[in-house]
Amino acid sequence: MSAVTINGGGTPVDAPARTQGYWTGVGRRLRRDKVALACALVLLAIVLAAVFAPFVAPDDPTKGSILKRLMPIGTPGHLLGTDELGRDMLSRLIFGGRLSLTMGISPVFFALMLGSLLGIVAGFVGGRANTAIMRTVDVFFAFPSVLLAVAISGALGAGIANAMLALTIVFVPPLARVAESVTTQVRSLDYVEAARASGAGGWTIIRVHILGNVLGPIFVYATSLVSVSMILAAGLSFLGLGTKPPDPEWGLMLNTLRTAIYTQPWVAALPGVMIFFVSISFNLLSDGLRSAMDVQR
Amino acid sequence: MSAVSLLQVRELVKRFPLKGGMFKRGGGVVHAVDGVSFVVEAGETLGIVGESGCGKSTTARLLMHLIAPDDGRVLVEGREVGPSRARNEGGSPGGLTLNELRRTMQMVFQDSFASLNPRLTIETSIAFGPRVHGTPEREASARAQDLLRKVGLDPARFAGRYPHELSGGQRQRVNIARALALEPKIVILDEAVSALDKSVEAQVLNLLLDLKADFGLTYIFISHDLNVVQYVSDRVMVMYLGKIVEIGPVGRIYADAAHPYTRALLSAMPTMDPAHRTEAPPLAGDPPNPIDPPSGCRFRTRCPFAEEVCAAREPLLTATEDGHRVACHMAHAGSGHSKAAALAAAA
Amino acid sequence: MIAYLLKRLGLVIPIALAVSAVCFSLVYLAPGDPLSAIVPSDASRELIEQLKKEYGLDKPIPVQYAIWLGRAAQGDLGTSIATGRPVASEIGKAIGNTLVLAFAACLVGFTLGAVFGTIAGYFNGSWVDKAVSALSVAGVSVPHYWLGMVLVIVFSVILGWLPAMGAGEGGSGDWRWDGEHLKYIVLPAITLSVIPTGIITRTVRALVADILSKEFVTALVAKGLSQGAVFFHVVKNIAPTALAVMGVQLGYLMGGSILVETVFSWPGTGFLLNTAIFQRDIPLLQGTILVLAMFFVALNLIVDIVQTGLDPRIRRA
Repeated sequence: MSAVTINGGGTPVDAPARTQGYWTGVGRRLRRDKVALACALVLLAIVLAAVFAPFVAPDDPTKGSILKRLMPIGTPGHLLGTDELGRDMLSRLIFGGRLSLTMGISPVFFALMLGSLLGIVAGFVGGRANTAIMRTVDVFFAFPSVLLAVAISGALGAGIANAMLALTIVFVPPLARVAESVTTQVRSLDYVEAARASGAGGWTIIRVHILGNVLGPIFVYATSLVSVSMILAAGLSFLGLGTKPPDPEWGLMLNTLRTAIYTQPWVAALPGVMIFFVSISFNLLSDGLRSAMDVQR
Repeated sequence: MSAVSLLQVRELVKRFPLKGGMFKRGGGVVHAVDGVSFVVEAGETLGIVGESGCGKSTTARLLMHLIAPDDGRVLVEGREVGPSRARNEGGSPGGLTLNELRRTMQMVFQDSFASLNPRLTIETSIAFGPRVHGTPEREASARAQDLLRKVGLDPARFAGRYPHELSGGQRQRVNIARALALEPKIVILDEAVSALDKSVEAQVLNLLLDLKADFGLTYIFISHDLNVVQYVSDRVMVMYLGKIVEIGPVGRIYADAAHPYTRALLSAMPTMDPAHRTEAPPLAGDPPNPIDPPSGCRFRTRCPFAEEVCAAREPLLTATEDGHRVACHMAHAGSGHSKAAALAAAA
Repeated sequence: MIAYLLKRLGLVIPIALAVSAVCFSLVYLAPGDPLSAIVPSDASRELIEQLKKEYGLDKPIPVQYAIWLGRAAQGDLGTSIATGRPVASEIGKAIGNTLVLAFAACLVGFTLGAVFGTIAGYFNGSWVDKAVSALSVAGVSVPHYWLGMVLVIVFSVILGWLPAMGAGEGGSGDWRWDGEHLKYIVLPAITLSVIPTGIITRTVRALVADILSKEFVTALVAKGLSQGAVFFHVVKNIAPTALAVMGVQLGYLMGGSILVETVFSWPGTGFLLNTAIFQRDIPLLQGTILVLAMFFVALNLIVDIVQTGLDPRIRRA
């Protein structure tokens, strides 16, 4: 009986019996990344403010008085001034976060679900099904994203739901492509073949071996799309294709405040600042996430 | 042989179509495995050697049914692999389902790292096979830990680890344990030690030999390293461009190979023994295009003894003596080759 | 090479057809009759039927598509419901303006991007690199329509140097190549160039850093090649990819100019699209989207072919 315990050459002999998995490692690296951490905190603050808006905002975002219209930043009682209908800017910005964040994040979320499903199935099954799915996806890739978003949204008509639907359609193709590409790579690895050799069926292999290794890169890519989605969503509202007045939403606010740039330019620019902050935070966070997940083996 | 051989392979064929290239010349086909037949007896180790592209790995995958053969049959213990119901017609024993095949034959791959799912612990990876076949979790875990012990890794320290925390040799041990988890009779080792450092390779090879004795396994050992194959094998099979050129007991092959290709391979083996220094010229010419193999004997373009008959007719794999077969006109009397005539005269 | 060209062209046709089908059917996404926008609500049934016949809306949809496609291939994109003028001529006027804008933005974006990216790539890891990276991240994170507003605030409202709107005097729709009109394009072009600058900077930086780290560069330097000559090698290697990215960006700018054009009231296709949407001018909408999408497809094709042509690895195959 060969029960000799050999080390098989060059091991850390004193390593602990139970070691950390992949995600704890990612979390650890992420926590050390100061930039990503800062962005995460900023985002958290904005999200919390949006969620608890009724408690955080000083005023009612829909009530305004023409007498108080377009007051500058720093006015007592209205920290960030008032808009063209006399409504408090700070409150509108905080409440605006609700719609803007929802319209920005939801399409990516839904596109992630649908795109991943399409891409993973296409990548795993391969062959003709793969070609069929990916060619269909490619047709939508043939449109520049802004054009597609505007076209679909314009065709459907203005409204929050329509804008979100349009954006979801815009983001499914890139996510599907990434999902298919990663799945195809993973599928050709030896451990998937070994799993097949063990007799596992298709769904089992996907569940145990593919998903865990594929969702990571897909998710990171999705986070990088959130900033684009936010800008596009606000852009649609800016064009009048998204939210309708008097709902507070950053893109719509930029639209209605446009004429105010001649009288109160900095107040008019405020909503864009919010979009910029959120967008750049998501971008930096996504970059940090990508670095943290890029383990050198 | 009264008993049925453990594994019988008959005329396996696998062709890979080439996609239309840049200029739509498509339609070319790579004959990766072209009519391969051999048997493996229970308890032996069959070594398979050959250069890259000769079809060894494809053969392994065909045996495992990871890819479907275009033609040919694989029989395990006399039962043909395939959908079971239909086979009973001819009176032969019921066929082997894929599931049953999986429990009979397993494989260890070359790349120790790519063979393990980086997201799963070692124990989970090993227990995966049994779990798929219905073994309850606790029992599967226990078996996994037991196997870890048998391959020389202390389960208390290794069961919860992840692949990236192990060295190459340790990972390969895990792969072996994983292959054994389904209690197979045959284990195919596809370049399983090729990627390891020499010292580690020796340890793993010895482990394989011990495990074979303990579990009563049968091995198919694929490698391009002739020294290693000599060390572990009972019989050796030499492949070239999708065909078997020679197969026989290891002693016979290494001492006095019949096929010129085998001789050339063996002469290229590095050895410390001054008595075995070779002055024979190395193989001439480039490995031919697998899409368009030479007519007749595929080796003739590099063979120093090629004659007309070699281009005209393909030499079949025929027996020269008990257990030894070779596919070369020189070795068979009456083939038309000048050297064969000498054989006939001597006989 | 010719065979590759033909094959590539062959692949484009189904995509172009599919794209045209999508363009056509977009209008039918909306609930309700496409006709409802132009028809007064109290119109009689006969009037509605007559209008339907006139616009060919009484035929089944695939037939309408075929007719529309056939006419479009001959250059007839129908008549604008709002202005009564042929759609093709409206687009023709507008597309020139957008092309000028997109080109200008691309030029700025490519130049700045190449310069910044190369500097960052050469000084890989240093503070210069980090600063450039930060700038490029900011570039792709900023909502460009907002940036346009900010630029207008600074340069128009506060400083009064540049006009805020339009392509000419009094917000006119005609643009010419002269000093008078040049100042109208400055702000829109800069605004539009921010995103391509960011993207090209990132791309060039990654390419340069990668090339410089490759062993063949070390070999060249070891052979005694001067820094200038090495630089030339670097440029030669990254040029195809960088140009390809710029080409694709040009396509995005053409298709995505609507936001910037709205901010600056620039009389281009984006502006036209805006009008078409809000007036529910179906023929104009379909025509504009079709032209822009086809332009994008054609551009991608050209970029693909040029890149393949420049890559000696593929050419010799």
